Amino acid sequence: MTIASSSPPSRLPLSGAEGARTEPSTKRGSGGSSGGDGRLAAVFIAPALVGFVVFLLWPTLRGIYLSFTRFNLLTPAEWVGLANYDRMIHDPIFWESLKVTVEYVVINIGVQTVSALAIAVLLQRLTQSAVLRGIVLTPYLMSNVVAGLVWLWILDNQLGIGNEIISGLGFDRIPFLADETWAIPTIALINVWRHVGYTALLLFAGLMAIPNDMYEAAKVDGASEWRMFWRITMPLLRPVLAVVLIMTVIGSFQVFDTVAVTTAGGPANATNVLQFYIYQSAFGRFQFGYASAMSVALLVVLSAITVLQYRLTRAGQTDLG
Amino acid sequence: MAAVTTTTTTTTRVRPTGRRPLTPGRVLAWTAMGAIVLVTLLPFYWILRTALSTNSGLAAHASDPLPVNPTGTGFARALGLESTKEAIAQGGAGGGLKFWRYLLNSVIVSTLVTVCQIFFSAMAAYAFARLRWRGRDKVFALFLAGLMVPTIFTLLPNFVLIKELGLIDNLLGIALPTMFMTPFAVFFLRQFFMNVPREVEEAALLDGAGKVRIFFRVLLPMASTPVLTLAVLTYITSWNDYFWPLMVSYSDNSRVLTVALAIFRAQTPQSGVDWSGLMAATLIAALPMLVLFGFFARRIVSTISFTGIK
Repeated sequence: MTIASSSPPSRLPLSGAEGARTEPSTKRGSGGSSGGDGRLAAVFIAPALVGFVVFLLWPTLRGIYLSFTRFNLLTPAEWVGLANYDRMIHDPIFWESLKVTVEYVVINIGVQTVSALAIAVLLQRLTQSAVLRGIVLTPYLMSNVVAGLVWLWILDNQLGIGNEIISGLGFDRIPFLADETWAIPTIALINVWRHVGYTALLLFAGLMAIPNDMYEAAKVDGASEWRMFWRITMPLLRPVLAVVLIMTVIGSFQVFDTVAVTTAGGPANATNVLQFYIYQSAFGRFQFGYASAMSVALLVVLSAITVLQYRLTRAGQTDLG
Repeated sequence: MAAVTTTTTTTTRVRPTGRRPLTPGRVLAWTAMGAIVLVTLLPFYWILRTALSTNSGLAAHASDPLPVNPTGTGFARALGLESTKEAIAQGGAGGGLKFWRYLLNSVIVSTLVTVCQIFFSAMAAYAFARLRWRGRDKVFALFLAGLMVPTIFTLLPNFVLIKELGLIDNLLGIALPTMFMTPFAVFFLRQFFMNVPREVEEAALLDGAGKVRIFFRVLLPMASTPVLTLAVLTYITSWNDYFWPLMVSYSDNSRVLTVALAIFRAQTPQSGVDWSGLMAATLIAALPMLVLFGFFARRIVSTISFTGIK
C-alpha cells in the first residue's frame, strides 16, 4: 500500500494569504454597495490604518526615495540619482558583507531546519509532552543580546566552559568568535540555539495535521519509523516546511543583535553582515542615503525569496494533490 | 501483558505513548531528546553558576560545575548597588545598571505596544471580518502586502520620522511604530473572527445589541485564547527588541533592558571581562520573560502547536 498517495491535510496552518477564507455569504439584502457599516468600520479601522500608513507605507516609499539622495540628517536630502547604487556596486565591503550574510543564512538555516525537523518529529512520534515542548521553547524567551552574551562567555577563549572541555579532551582551544573562519558559523549556531525550538513548534503544528491513522496503518504493514518518516511525514509536511523555511530565511537575513554584542563586525569584517554595515553607514558615518540604497538591495533580495516562497508552496501542493 | 494497553483508540490529538516496548531505536530517540534538553537548558544553569561566583574564583577554577566562592556581589554590581571602588576591586566597571529604571522603561514600552497593538489590530480585524463597507477587500489586500515588507527596510525612514516628530530618546518614540498594528496581528485575528459562527452574532443582534457592543461583549471575549497567545508573544518580541531601541535611545531616560545590557557589556574591562557581573545582569534581564512564560506556558505552547502562529 502506498501511504503517501493519500490526500494531504486540508488545514495548512502556516500558509499566509492563501489561508484567508471568504466570508460566509449570509449577507442581508439591505447591504448594498454603499455599505451598511461604513461609518462604524471607518472608526474601527482608523487607528490601524493610521499606523499602517504612517509607519509602514510611508517609510517604505520614503526609504526608496532616500536611496536616491545624499542625506546626513542635518541638512535636507539632496537628490543624487543613482550615485548611491553606483557606489554600492563598486563597494567591496558591500559585496563582502553580502557574502558574509549569505554564509550566515546558509549555515543558520541548514542546521536550524534539520534540527527543528528532528525535534518536531521526536515531539510527535516519541512523546507529546507539553512540558518538553515548553522546555524546547525557553531559549526563544531570551533576547538575542542575552543569548549572544551567554555564548560569548561559554565559548570564551581562556575561561569558557566550552573551551575548557575542548582542551580537557586534549584538543587545541578554539577562538570561536575571534577567528575569521570560526566567527560566522559560531554566530549562526548561537542563533540556531535561540530559534530552533520555535521553528520546531511551527513544524510540530504541521505534523499534528497528519492523521495518526496513517502511521497506524503503516505500522500494521510493518513499516519502520525511518520509512514512515520518508513516506508519510516528509511528503505531507512539505508545504508547511516550505513556508517555515522561507519565513526563517527572511528572518535570518536580518541578523544584527548577536553580531552587535559579540563581534561588532570583526575580526577584519569577517562578521560584518549587511544589516550591521547598513547600521554603521547610517549611524557611524551618517550616510543615510547610502544606507537606504543598501536597504533597497536587501529588500530586493528578500522579495525574490518571497516570490520563490509562493512557487515552492504551490509546487508542494500540486505535488501532493 | 504489554499488548493489552493498546486499547486506547486514537482521538487524533492524544496518542497513547506509555508502555511501548523499549526498542533500540526508542532508546536512541530518547537519548537524542535528552541531549536536546541538555543543550537547551545547560546555558541557563551556567549563567546562574557564573553569576554566583567571584571573578577571581572563575579565573582559578574555570571548569568547576558549582559556583566558585559563592557570592551575591555580581548581582550587586549589576544592580548598581556597589560603590565604584568596590566594583572595580572585584573586576567590574565603575558604572552599573540603573536596573529599576531600565526595567520600568522595558515594562512601559512592552505594555504600551502589546495592549495598543492587539486592541487596535482586533478592531481592524473585526472590521475586515464582520463589517460590510466599500473597498474592504482592497484595503485588506494592502495590509496583506505590508506583511512582505521586512522590518529592516522601514527602520531607517522610521528613525528619520521619529526624529522629525521630536521623539528621539523618548519611550513613546520606541513604542510608536509598532503600537497601532502589525499586518500579522490583523491577519491572525481576522482569521479567528471569520471562523466564529454567524448565529452567535445574530442572536445578540436580536437581543438588540449594537455591533460595537457585540464586538466588545461577545466576539472579543470569545477570542481570549488567541488574543492571550498573541499578546504574550508580542510582549516577548517587544521586550527582546534591540535594534530599534538602540537607534532611538541615547540616555537613561529611554534606555530599555536589552540596550542597557549591551552597554554594560561594552563597559566591562576588555582585558578580564567582569563575567560574574555580566551573567548576573543577563539573568536579571531574562528573568521577567521566564516568569511571564512560566505563567502562560501551557496555553501558549499548545496554541502555537495547533495553529502554527507566526
